[in-house]
Amino acid sequence: MLKAMLSEAWLAMGANRLRTALTMLGMVIGVGAVVIMMAIGQGAQYAVQQTISTMGSNLFIVLSGSFTTAGVRSGSAGAPTLNVADGAAIAELDGVSNVAPTHQGTRQLVYGSQNWSSQVIGTTPEYLDARAWNIVNGAGFGDSDVRSATRVALIGKTVAQNLFGDDDPVGKTMRIQQNPFMVIGVLGSKGQNLDGRDQDDTVIIPLSTAQRKVFGTPFLGSVRMIMVQADSAENMPRVMESVTSLLRQRHRLREGMPDDFFMRNLSAAAESEAETTRTMSILLGAIASISLLVGGIGIMNIMLVSVTERTREIGIRMAIGARQKDILTQFLLEAVMISFAGCLLGLLLGLAIALGINAFTGMVVVISGSAALVAFAVAATVGIFFGWYPARKAAQLDPIEALRYQ
Amino acid sequence: MAEPVIRVVGLGKSYATAAGLFPALKGVDLEVRPGEYIAIMGPSGSGKSTFMNLLGCLDTPSIGDYYLAGENVAHMAKDALAILRNRTLGFVFQGFNLLPRMSLQDNVALPLVYAGADKESRRAAARELLDKVGLGKYAESLPNRISGGQQQRVAIARALVNKPRLILADEPTGNLDSHTSEEIMRLFGELNAEGITIVLVTHEPDIAAHAKRQVKFLDGQIVSDHLTGQAA
Ligand SMILES: Nc1ncnc2c1ncn2[C@@H]1O[C@H](COP(=O)(O)OP(=O)(O)OP(=O)(O)O)[C@@H](O)[C@H]1O
Ligand SMILES: [Mg+2]
Repeated sequence: MLKAMLSEAWLAMGANRLRTALTMLGMVIGVGAVVIMMAIGQGAQYAVQQTISTMGSNLFIVLSGSFTTAGVRSGSAGAPTLNVADGAAIAELDGVSNVAPTHQGTRQLVYGSQNWSSQVIGTTPEYLDARAWNIVNGAGFGDSDVRSATRVALIGKTVAQNLFGDDDPVGKTMRIQQNPFMVIGVLGSKGQNLDGRDQDDTVIIPLSTAQRKVFGTPFLGSVRMIMVQADSAENMPRVMESVTSLLRQRHRLREGMPDDFFMRNLSAAAESEAETTRTMSILLGAIASISLLVGGIGIMNIMLVSVTERTREIGIRMAIGARQKDILTQFLLEAVMISFAGCLLGLLLGLAIALGINAFTGMVVVISGSAALVAFAVAATVGIFFGWYPARKAAQLDPIEALRYQ
Repeated sequence: MAEPVIRVVGLGKSYATAAGLFPALKGVDLEVRPGEYIAIMGPSGSGKSTFMNLLGCLDTPSIGDYYLAGENVAHMAKDALAILRNRTLGFVFQGFNLLPRMSLQDNVALPLVYAGADKESRRAAARELLDKVGLGKYAESLPNRISGGQQQRVAIARALVNKPRLILADEPTGNLDSHTSEEIMRLFGELNAEGITIVLVTHEPDIAAHAKRQVKFLDGQIVSDHLTGQAA
């Protein structure tokens, strides 16, 4: 019985191909839009999640701020207000698991005939722990390297590729600002950070070496930035507070004087970024759902027209024994079939476009089976929901009235 | 005597019109026994179609009782009536009423779809009946490929497909020329000879002469009811 009805629904759809195709188009566009929007939204979420996981957790940074000497405020370009001793003091605080004073800037790297401009970070070994950054080839440097300002470097994947090509960089000597540095390790890949910078385009060297040989700081021991890692997310606010009071005390700031440093909670920034993308992807999905709704209304519209056009056919079917539920099933089946076919095409179209977007713009798209499943469930629901009213209208026709209809 | 196939008692039907209730049928009594062949005649507007639609369970009476095969169907629910239309009787219309997009075979088999028969038995039964009405070779054609007389034969085949004991026909030859009408009436005669009860409406005395019994309507009432020369 169902098989006979399916083939009849198929025939009915074929009877007015253009109209069926146009009705389906509404669903194709609706489902396509949902698939694309979900792929982009989930892609954005995935990218942010990925970045957050490469950043390291529970991090904040203390940045050197302006300080006032005899009424003259110097900007952050002036002498840094933080120093290595501040870092050591912070490390003693409760709830702090890693502290890494850093000094960074962009420098030209030279190896053989190759040269490459990259971010150079001078820091301590704790930096790698705080960032959960591993070494895939070679080894890291230790505290002794920082103490004696050795000229060793860890390089990111991008640097390795651009400077050394296929060669193994470990053990090779490259130059930063004319100074030879021995590459002792290659860092694991981290991809882009939240601002879209390539984190693998990085060279990490001991802090002291950086200050003396690379950046040439006039104030030895002072740093622009200290990265701090708290031991848990709950402890973050408390740790930030105790760092503030510690630094104010160390910098002899009297009550009422402004801080000569400021802090930025990296993890909170990342969380809010994640929240933003979540909201964005929900919004995109909602907008796409509207087109699905419009597609559904299109189906309802055509089914209503179809019921009116086929009133006589309905009368004949009833006269030879079709029950109400037979007529209901027939029209519902037609609506669901149009909706399903539209959904399938929309799914394929959406996938093709999502992959196209990925191929042409490099934007991350995530195509999940659950998204496809949701689209299908929605299409079935739309078909039944919007097909129900016309089908019920057909089923409730009076046989004699329907037979008289011209 | 066998139980009547049809027994109507005080059957009446009024239509709601702009001028108020219009009584199209005013208390009709009639009994039809198995194997009978009845022609209903009467002037236009006398209530013949109204009566046939009630007999065919397409419409429900305003008043009175209708016993079909012993069961009172006057106040049955819509779906129960649909099942009666499907299994107990076959209805033949003046305008054939075939579904234009379906092959003749599918048209004939359609009542079996609603009866829940499987595909193979549907096909076999439709073929058999198309052969019986002499149109087996057109099984795969669409209705608009054949003549009116042929379409009416297909409609009769469709009415027969669920093996009903009763065929109702409202002016089955109304749209056909006299030669084709004769062929259709011959078919009805054969079916009646096989034992199928037939009630048909016609305006033409020639056609009515094929039946064994004639019932005349006037103003919604039966005014005469007698056997013809066909009754043996
Ligand atoms: N749906 C309806 N609403 C109102 N009046 C109706 C309706 N159907 C039939 N009538 C009226 O009932 C009366 C009987 O109609 P019916 O169709 O039964 O006549 P008939 O004997 O079949 O006539 P004909 O020979 O022309 O087919 C007519 O006066 C007709 O106008
Ligand atoms: Mg009539």
